[in-house]
Amino acid sequence: MPSTKTKPTRKPALDLSSLPGPETITRRTLSNGIVVLVRENDTSPAVVVDSDLRVGALWESRAQAGLASFTASAMMRGTERRSFAEIYEAIESVGASLSVSSGTHTSGFYGKALAEDLGLLLELAADALRRPTFPQDQVDRLQGELLTRLTMRANQTRARAEEAFFEAAYAGHPYAVDEDGYPETIKALTRADLVDFHRRNYGPAGMIVTVVGAVKADAAVALVEHYFGDWSNPQQPPQPVLPTPAPITGAVVRKVAMPGKIQNDIVLGGVGPARSHPQFVAARLANNILGVFGMGGRIGYHVRERGGMAYYAASALDGGLGPGAWRAYAGVNPKNVDRAAELIVAEIKKFTTRRVTEEELADNKTFFVGRLPLSLETNEGVASAIGTLELYELGLDYYRRYPGLVHAITRDDIQQVAREFLSAENYVLANAGPE
Amino acid sequence: MAKSGVTKTRLPNGLTVLLKEVHTAPLVSWWVWYRVGSRHERPGHTGISHWVEHMMFKGTQHFPGEVADRTVAADGGVRNAMTWIDWTTYFETMPVDKIDFALRLEADRMSHALFPPKEVASERTVVISERQGHENNPGFRLMEEAQAAAFRVHSYHHEVVGDMADLESMTRDDLYAHYQQYYAPNNAIAVAVGDFKTRDMLARIKELFGSAKPKALPKLSPRPEPEQKGERRIRLTGEGETAYVEVMYHAPSATHPDFYPMVALDSILAGASSFNLFGGGTSNKSSRLYRALVESGLAAGISGGLSATVDPFLYILSATVRNGQTPEAVEAALDREIERARGELVNGEELAKAVKQARAMFAFGAESVSSQGFWLGYTEIFDTYHWFESYLDRLAAVTTADVQRVAQKYLAKTNRTVGYYVPETK
Repeated sequence: MPSTKTKPTRKPALDLSSLPGPETITRRTLSNGIVVLVRENDTSPAVVVDSDLRVGALWESRAQAGLASFTASAMMRGTERRSFAEIYEAIESVGASLSVSSGTHTSGFYGKALAEDLGLLLELAADALRRPTFPQDQVDRLQGELLTRLTMRANQTRARAEEAFFEAAYAGHPYAVDEDGYPETIKALTRADLVDFHRRNYGPAGMIVTVVGAVKADAAVALVEHYFGDWSNPQQPPQPVLPTPAPITGAVVRKVAMPGKIQNDIVLGGVGPARSHPQFVAARLANNILGVFGMGGRIGYHVRERGGMAYYAASALDGGLGPGAWRAYAGVNPKNVDRAAELIVAEIKKFTTRRVTEEELADNKTFFVGRLPLSLETNEGVASAIGTLELYELGLDYYRRYPGLVHAITRDDIQQVAREFLSAENYVLANAGPE
Repeated sequence: MAKSGVTKTRLPNGLTVLLKEVHTAPLVSWWVWYRVGSRHERPGHTGISHWVEHMMFKGTQHFPGEVADRTVAADGGVRNAMTWIDWTTYFETMPVDKIDFALRLEADRMSHALFPPKEVASERTVVISERQGHENNPGFRLMEEAQAAAFRVHSYHHEVVGDMADLESMTRDDLYAHYQQYYAPNNAIAVAVGDFKTRDMLARIKELFGSAKPKALPKLSPRPEPEQKGERRIRLTGEGETAYVEVMYHAPSATHPDFYPMVALDSILAGASSFNLFGGGTSNKSSRLYRALVESGLAAGISGGLSATVDPFLYILSATVRNGQTPEAVEAALDREIERARGELVNGEELAKAVKQARAMFAFGAESVSSQGFWLGYTEIFDTYHWFESYLDRLAAVTTADVQRVAQKYLAKTNRTVGYYVPETK
């Protein structure tokens, strides 16, 4: 533990009314259920549009791993109104960007443009989401690009370590499957699979659209209504029910040999809390203390600062709509793998057996609250924050309440949530590299 | 105050100070830039500027150990530092009521960094680990070899992280001497953007930095790279299953009149690039090289990049070869597009698109005080901040004839290095 001067507990001087809240976030529900959120911001003449749709890798079978992601990418490759070339000429000629991507629980489009081009962004997004044509030559070409990307991924120590980690930590659970799929699954997918996946699963139920920038709220809502308001898909299925991940027993080690590489990547941890867990904010604070604060929290301190063993060593709490992972990771020289893993396990052991110090708690509380203005400075930051409020049903006043929620967390709360999810005895250690 | 809202001053000890008030958020972004980077390094000391940057996180006289890390984090700020070919920079973006700590920290770093021997030893392995992480990536290895071939004489020839031989042999005294030589007020630029009053901020900066002693800077001008008169080729092999192609042309420096036509040419060939670390670019799927290489099924991706540099650097085109295709086929298709740009005028619409793209990217870059702080300091290294302000106008003045002229002048085979990475399995 680094020695520090004692600091009195302090509360930051933060003007809560400057944070997004019910008076500054416009929220409307369209007749087909789409929720539209808008925050006006005149700082620069730009706009960001973000969205969440209720479709993702959870809707695909293991044999078709990567189907959701492939479908999402393919939707921008041609629509009933525009060819691939026309779509990208329209976007790029105004300096905008627009992409459609897919995750595990949600998919969506994301766009950025000068404010005057909001209509164009929404028009192109609606075109891609509602009327994709999946031209065969485009699907073939995209398939080849995806396969090349998977080949590259298979050659990256970090990606291979993560893959092995998830396979072991979530054995038998959908999270064990990579949402980008695998060469054999991507190769087997056909245009008909993409058409079918899109037709069955894409629709307005559960959809959220967030607009932030130099636009007027009413005008933005009207645009979303214009392009998406009459969308319907009566066959859109509900969210699949997730099984509970099986408990990890003992230290489960997975090695991926990658001869020719110079450095190892290790990933160590297990299953963490979903965002909806009542102690999620405490878990976030806990993770910050363990492996983020400053130069990687306690883990960064011991593996990098004191140990000199790694350029990066930290921890991450995924959260999300399901029980995301809670894991430490580091890039280390092959001869230091065992030592780095030991240090991480030792830190987890300490973390679960002794409460964090008052000073650590105070510092991390002010970190979370103090950085709110910074995280909410740009259009991207605000769009992400507002979309999160809606996706996790936190309430439009969440950022007003957030400092209070953070300050209420105790050392016992931290220890309790750490003990629930972290263990120095039961964990997965994945290691990819030359040895 | 200038029309841009920037106040520029020079203290008696040579420190250049740029201040811009932005009152939209209760934040201040604070940067200190030093005119030292890999460009200032000779063989034996490659990577020294970057390692010195690391050491600036290992304690100063008034902020020993990890005090600075903890304080900035606890205060809700973000901080980072970067070393590049032309400069090293340190920044903190903080809530407005916490900025004074960052001002004091950078003042202490400029004059009172400690370089504790134990920390030097520990950080040696960290920097080596950083380099080894890069070495895991075939793209890095290819870039390193090709860049070294492109620059036989000029010190742009090595990677910022440095060569392993030097990382293993440099001493604490070497590092400290480098720091002493280059970390001086007359070799630095201080920038603040955010929610402050110029008068007060300037007074505080004077108070904290005014006593730093100017230094006689080494008269070390990088040796100019002789004109390249023949194509150079690199063929690297190694692990993995993916092949890569890098084509690097010697390019004009940021202050050369040819720079803006090159920006337009790059946008047309490979899509608009952003020079800003904080603003992304746009996709490049309507660009000529994407159509010629990716749509044709030869490459899985193509990117082009121009850098704004003090001395002439490189215009770099990078392609990932698609599974089942060859680097030779990718290069041939690339060559056809280059010849087209050399042989005929681009059309006015393509040029207008390049300008519109730049306009959009500048708008995006103006959203954050950190991004604005970056621009002010970055441009002062190779020119003045007016370079940033006049960028769009100068780009808009480029003609199709200018674009063809620079294509003919710079995109010649005799002016380039071509690198292939070919996996051993193939």
